[in-house]
Amino acid sequence: MVNRVVVGAHYGLRDWLIQRVTAVVMVLYIATLGVLLCLQPQINYDTWTALFSSLWLRTASLLFLLCLFYHAWIGVRDIVMDYIKPASIRLVIHVLVILALLYYTIWSVQILWGM
Amino acid sequence: MKFRIYRYNPETDKSPYVQDYELQLDAPDAMLLEALLLLKEQDDTLTLRKSCREGICGSDAMNINGRNGLACITPLSSLKQPIEIRPLPGLPVIRDLVVDMTQFFKQYHSIKPYLVNEEAPPETERLQSPAQRKHLDGLYECILCGCCSTSCPSFWWNPDKFVGPAGLLQAYRFIADTRDQATSERLDNLEDPYRLFRCHTIMNCVDVCPKELNPTEAIGKIKDMMVKRMV
Repeated sequence: MVNRVVVGAHYGLRDWLIQRVTAVVMVLYIATLGVLLCLQPQINYDTWTALFSSLWLRTASLLFLLCLFYHAWIGVRDIVMDYIKPASIRLVIHVLVILALLYYTIWSVQILWGM
Repeated sequence: MKFRIYRYNPETDKSPYVQDYELQLDAPDAMLLEALLLLKEQDDTLTLRKSCREGICGSDAMNINGRNGLACITPLSSLKQPIEIRPLPGLPVIRDLVVDMTQFFKQYHSIKPYLVNEEAPPETERLQSPAQRKHLDGLYECILCGCCSTSCPSFWWNPDKFVGPAGLLQAYRFIADTRDQATSERLDNLEDPYRLFRCHTIMNCVDVCPKELNPTEAIGKIKDMMVKRMV
């Protein structure tokens, strides 16, 4: 392979936009959860499990976590693009980050529906 | 008047150093460039670029007390002493305050800084309405001095891949031009994780532009157009 500067991978806009949209979803979720927690008379194990027994809050939490993971993927990938120059090492790190995020996703489902 | 000036001659110096200068100057309205030229009379090895002396050519861009600017329109009275002069950051130094701007102009050329219009030119000229022309205000005034791009950490880090604020302002200048027909190709050219999207909107470019232009706003408008095209 010749060593030339190559650019033009057409996912710049898509990822930039997704990062903004996921950020908005996360802010809305955090605000909603904050309000819900403030409305509880006290916060202990019982109120916490009661709160998370509702399907919509579990679904919203899962949505929040998925947004967090996608948001984190783009951010971490940008950092790797800046600091890891050899393409082969970069690809390995990308794959490891994706695998870790997939693992977190499964773990999140297990936590939310296993309570 | 005290100066601390970056000196480096790659042919004779092992590494760059800072040299102190003193100058007696009794001209309260003088600009920095005048002082530098008087210093060059004292020491003719001091090397810098300059041409028009009035903020039009963009040759004498340098880092003045930690901030990029044009020496010819920076009043000496506005500067804290000792005045520290360094070359524009992030570009290879050719000698003293003269930097190699090849990478900067390569990025500028990459956005095709000319009108693309396949139609045969009309008898007189391609007309625009005053409203259409108004969109070019704040874009066409760029003098390519390089102050903005060399104050941008994204450009320092990826000068070969990130177009930089100056190039992106010019990219938008042609995207915004109603006489240009290559809008879609121009957007394609920037639709990449590096070329445009390395901008993280820290606005150093807006802060230093000696012509008071706003590359960040132009970059935002390009993003808006890309979103409009996609949805």
